[in-house]
Amino acid sequence: MEQTSTQTGDQGLEKSVARLTPDQIAKTLGEILKSEGGARLKAYVKTCMSCGLCADACHFYLSHENDPRFSPAGKVKQTIAPLLKKKGAVDPEFIKRAALVAFTQCNLCKRCVMYCPFGVDVAWLMLFVRRLCSRLGVVPQYIQDTAHSHSVTKNQMWVKEDEWIDTVFWQEEEAAEEVPGLTIPLEREGADIMYSVIAPEPKFRAQLIYQAAVMFHAAGVSWTMPATPGWDNSDMAMYTGENEIMGRLKRAHFEAAMRLRVKRIVMGECGHALRSVHDMGNRWLGWKTPPVPVTHAIEFYWELLESGKIRVAKKLKTPVTLHDPCNVARGLGLHEKARDVMAALCEDFVEMHPNREYNICCGAGGGVINCGPPHKAERLAASSAKAKQLFDARTRGARTIIAPCHNCHGGLEDIVEHHHLGMDLKFLGDVIYECMEKPWKKDEEEQGR
Amino acid sequence: MTKAYVFAAGPLLWVSVIVFAAGCLLRLGRLAWLARKKDRPVYAYMSAHYALRSIGRWLVPMGTESMRKHPVTTVVSFAFHAAVVLVPLFLFAHVLLFYEAFGISWWTLPEEAAYAGTLVVLAGLVYFFARRLIRPEVRYLSGPADFALLVLVALPFATGLWAFHHGPGVRVVMLLHVLSGEALLAAIPFTKLSHMFLFPFLRGYMGSEFGSVRHARDW
Amino acid sequence: MDWEPGKKSVAEPSAWSQALLVELAVSPDGERLAAVLREEGSARVVVNGEPWETSFDKAWYLRFSPDGRLTALVNADMKWTVAVDGKPWEAAFGFAWNTLFSRAGDVMAACVQDNGRYLAAVDGKPWKQGFFDLSDLVLSAEGGRTAAVVQAKALAEGDVFAFDQGAFAVAVDGKPWDNTFVNCWTPVFSPDASSVAAQVRTSPREYTVAVDGKPWEQGFACVWEPRFSPADGSVTVPARTPKGWALVRDGRPLWDKTFAQVLSHEYSPDGSRVAAVVAPSFGKWTVAVDGRPWRARFDQAVFDLCFSPDSGRVAATVRHRGKWTLACDGTTWDESFDMVGPPVFSPDGSRLAARVRRGDTWTVFVDGKPAGDAYARAFDPVFNDDGVRVLVRGISARGLYFRQVVAL
Repeated sequence: MEQTSTQTGDQGLEKSVARLTPDQIAKTLGEILKSEGGARLKAYVKTCMSCGLCADACHFYLSHENDPRFSPAGKVKQTIAPLLKKKGAVDPEFIKRAALVAFTQCNLCKRCVMYCPFGVDVAWLMLFVRRLCSRLGVVPQYIQDTAHSHSVTKNQMWVKEDEWIDTVFWQEEEAAEEVPGLTIPLEREGADIMYSVIAPEPKFRAQLIYQAAVMFHAAGVSWTMPATPGWDNSDMAMYTGENEIMGRLKRAHFEAAMRLRVKRIVMGECGHALRSVHDMGNRWLGWKTPPVPVTHAIEFYWELLESGKIRVAKKLKTPVTLHDPCNVARGLGLHEKARDVMAALCEDFVEMHPNREYNICCGAGGGVINCGPPHKAERLAASSAKAKQLFDARTRGARTIIAPCHNCHGGLEDIVEHHHLGMDLKFLGDVIYECMEKPWKKDEEEQGR
Repeated sequence: MTKAYVFAAGPLLWVSVIVFAAGCLLRLGRLAWLARKKDRPVYAYMSAHYALRSIGRWLVPMGTESMRKHPVTTVVSFAFHAAVVLVPLFLFAHVLLFYEAFGISWWTLPEEAAYAGTLVVLAGLVYFFARRLIRPEVRYLSGPADFALLVLVALPFATGLWAFHHGPGVRVVMLLHVLSGEALLAAIPFTKLSHMFLFPFLRGYMGSEFGSVRHARDW
Repeated sequence: MDWEPGKKSVAEPSAWSQALLVELAVSPDGERLAAVLREEGSARVVVNGEPWETSFDKAWYLRFSPDGRLTALVNADMKWTVAVDGKPWEAAFGFAWNTLFSRAGDVMAACVQDNGRYLAAVDGKPWKQGFFDLSDLVLSAEGGRTAAVVQAKALAEGDVFAFDQGAFAVAVDGKPWDNTFVNCWTPVFSPDASSVAAQVRTSPREYTVAVDGKPWEQGFACVWEPRFSPADGSVTVPARTPKGWALVRDGRPLWDKTFAQVLSHEYSPDGSRVAAVVAPSFGKWTVAVDGRPWRARFDQAVFDLCFSPDSGRVAATVRHRGKWTLACDGTTWDESFDMVGPPVFSPDGSRLAARVRRGDTWTVFVDGKPAGDAYARAFDPVFNDDGVRVLVRGISARGLYFRQVVAL
């Protein structure tokens, strides 16, 4: 087995590790292991029987031609297991390697958890390693910068308060040109729902806000968005192990909803944000369940279609396949509802295999794509398992991949391009917007006649 | 030799049983306490329904995706685990010893079944040993301790088989049998063999997380 | 102000114009309904049917000041500013948002951005100095002073190392603290507005409170919003200590108890008592007053913590088993709702009211019982001075705005 290089060109790792001393590592890690190393950490690490049954659950392992270093348990062996044995007294090179493994070679997708007879949660362990690294200041630069953005602006992309409001106005203006009477109600206290998005929407994919507004308008939804921080539901601090910032973000998000007196939060098509809102951020704050109920876009679309509030004018003809994002399928069991939505919208649906909870990860999640260009080649090197699965769906006809998650989109776009798969990607929202009945169009046509 | 045997089968047996029982309780207690202090969600999300659902699933042969992917390992594992528990508990000779000491007895395995069970255990261990050596993903994870554990489990069964066949040096072998059995028992709480009693808790916790929070299967 | 019991229809905005109604606001005395009407690329503010003289390209964030003046954020000729009773501030900016009022409503402030520089403006007068970014703007209660978190130093894109050196400070009346921090959050003025405290991150892993730019010696794993005691000017903050979350005063634990979480905390107006939203254990929420938690536990949320004006009572909105209601001094209202507005005490603290939502109707409840009619939308109730009358302001399903005074 050749030694993989740890030369990454990532300043967040190289420069930070160069500043570390063994004493400092032992002291810092020793303290955290003592204060935060609980029952799960001990039970997971000590119960692993090294049976290797988790290996072929992992797309890193599969894509690296079954290189055992990329198996879930193999990653534990390279990181937290020796670290625990040495009670944190490891050298800087070890930390760098551990950071590389935990941040860039695990998507935290939890597929392996389903294949381990004991349910050892390797994703949880890798997150713990990330937290340890983060406490030492060893975090890939790009994702660290994103977490810093969260700490300052409470959104992922350094979007300033005026820029957010202005972008919403802009999308409202554009959408109102298509749909007479449409508004995007900012700060409408007492609405039924607060719609929250992730910062890449106002920054790069503003049309998604436009489309959501059109859908909600057509369905007669009483909705609002906050004009204050808290509008963004995303959370890369969860993935850098900065739990304190994670808690701060989720508090801002939930308190925006409570201040606006909405019955529930509906969030856009994002996976990691759901994990943060529904599973991790709320827990750090002490909320067993979210203080304001949270509905993921898939479920909300399902409600709108099921209740007939949105009607389908014409189904999509292109054969489509569905990628089940880890955080919405394995994370909240929304895969059947996603299929119901697909069935309502698409004429020709091709399943990819495996699917539902067993789907293979997009390779981007868990903050891996957010580690940025220095790690892109490595990410794509681990994409052949996914590419094979997509190619198989393509040979059975699929031309469009529906991925109801932003990170999956980014990851799959890269894979499609890298492996020349010639498929295009859509959100469920894109398809609904394309296929829904637009009553105002009929009015216009009649007026035109 | 007889003295040694009497000591091994008497006071030492007590010691190993106490170490085993107290060790298991201590480790469970410590984990429960640690979880209370640092992993409160473990208790908050524990659900009897989903815990049992998951444990049940994972006790059914071929009941999970993982098992179906590895049919041979699954068959060997189930046979091995059944035999490794049943044979020592229901071996006629063991029950007889217990009856002589305490006047309590229970159902015993027919001789052929116990014999077959022992072979299954040993064959299983050979399989696991070979798997650790041959499969790269398992070999990478395996340290000396993992191989040592296999030997530790093999010893009482191998010596038992030897004694059953009245092989040469049977008296020494019997002593070895008792000693290795006791060593195995006492080692359970302090080695990875603790998966024996941790399994339901880990599985139950993960089943609860997947069932009540994630609304997804964990098999 | 008219406190004669009875109900009158004040306005019917749908009759004013065919234009699209995008926002509504109601005056504190309930006598005026204001709306933003939008048509053909322009926005007009209309009060009881009377439009403001000028219309704008855009107008939103309609807010009545406590003294009854009506404000809106308005955009004309590509510039934004605040318009008060129809008259825009003289200065206009690249953007203006987040209108704030002093307690009496005589002073107004807003965040503004001009040419990429961020600052605050008070009654139309901008700070002398702008910053790279600005957030968490506050206006002192008497209105004399403003403070906000500002980015005081430039940060190159992605420069995580410079970030760790600290680029953020609190600017008071436009003048930044000498010290910069990794982060600053939620500045707050002392009651006499002479001092400002804020949460700060002194290093990527250490949080504390800084008062007038000077951080406490003690650091914590995390902190939330600080508050000044009205009684003695000391500063308290919920902080995560090795033993758990605690309320900390001037760096030292104030209560002997720790909790799984301590969120917001508030002082009684006279400063004699302090209450906090706490979770005694994971997933169980309540209010602790002077360190003693109420006996009641709520499984989902406790929010809107407030004291009565006489300092005698504490109330909060609570969510338990999927339903919201009000809790006061440990006792929960009998009925629960789909949603509740913030608690409103009568001036003497004897009565407690809030608007509540069931299905699609809102009603005002006083001490757990309905007062006045049900509306499609209702605004926060207002008590008269002796607390025997409550003003209910609501819009009916047909879109009529009513002012209703109920004798209690």
